[in-house]
Amino acid sequence: MPSTYEPIYTTTLNSAQADITFTSFSGYTDLRVVAITATTRGSQSGFGIQVGNGSIDTGSNYSVTRLGGNGSVAYSERTSNQTSVAMAMQPTRSNFFIDFMNYANTTTNKTFLITDDNAASYAIRAVGLWRSTSAITHLKIFDTDGFNLIAGSTFTLYGIKAA
Amino acid sequence: MATTFELIASASVGAGGQADITFSSIPSTFTDLVLKVSLRATTSGIDATKITFNSSSSGYSYRSIWGSGSGTPSSFNDSSATYFQLQYAGGTSSTASTFTNGEIYIPNYAGSTNKSVSIDQVQEDNATTAYIVPMAGLWSNTSAITSIQIAQTNGNLAQYSTAYLYGVKNA
Repeated sequence: MPSTYEPIYTTTLNSAQADITFTSFSGYTDLRVVAITATTRGSQSGFGIQVGNGSIDTGSNYSVTRLGGNGSVAYSERTSNQTSVAMAMQPTRSNFFIDFMNYANTTTNKTFLITDDNAASYAIRAVGLWRSTSAITHLKIFDTDGFNLIAGSTFTLYGIKAA
Repeated sequence: MATTFELIASASVGAGGQADITFSSIPSTFTDLVLKVSLRATTSGIDATKITFNSSSSGYSYRSIWGSGSGTPSSFNDSSATYFQLQYAGGTSSTASTFTNGEIYIPNYAGSTNKSVSIDQVQEDNATTAYIVPMAGLWSNTSAITSIQIAQTNGNLAQYSTAYLYGVKNA
């Protein structure tokens, strides 16, 4: 029986590195990334998400709306025409979940849901948009402020099939 | 091929309600745990739900965002909680047949580090107030999670409340 929910790629970083890129994930309906990571920066940095077709799109084709709370204040914000979808990332490990529904279709712009949780800092939920009707074939996660993802970070990409 | 997303245990509350749902003897063979709940309380008003691990009442901390459908959203934190709180399972005065839904994701639950938890929970009953409360949690305990208990703060879990515990394997 074909598997509905499959791990496509999983890794634990042996050393800090600037980014991780996923390719070769065709044949599924949806994708989910589960990442437990932190920045090597000594203070808050940025967790960046970029996607693309054939290569990573570094153009100003991303936007994001965030709802967050730091334990005292709740906030909502949005940015558009950005070169990536940026979330917050701490020097201590956070849970990141990124859900791409219908990522391979060629008729709609690509929306994805993001969870960014760090119990010592905040809970954030967001929706990102890549303004392209191309199928997503490449996915990159990186530190937007030029720092690295810490050694020991874990990343798993799951593929989900609708049939 | 090994199953990636597998049901470990399930529970459904029968007539008369019950005090809690406990999943014990959780195997350590998965990577992550996912707990999905649909809950209602036997109290008159809404009642908070408690989630605890390994029968422990210490080491819980969290930050949450709170929206009730009116006013300004708020944010709460507790650095020394005795449980993770789901808010709220509607009681007998809430619209009939409406339940709180929640998902609790626990990465690396069997590892030797403190346990981070991501929670999404909603309670909507077509009345004047409802809640959506995303939460970032931490159980500061390096033991593997071998049991999870779900209980109400004041009353019992009502009939038709359900909980499903899944294991996720990353390879």
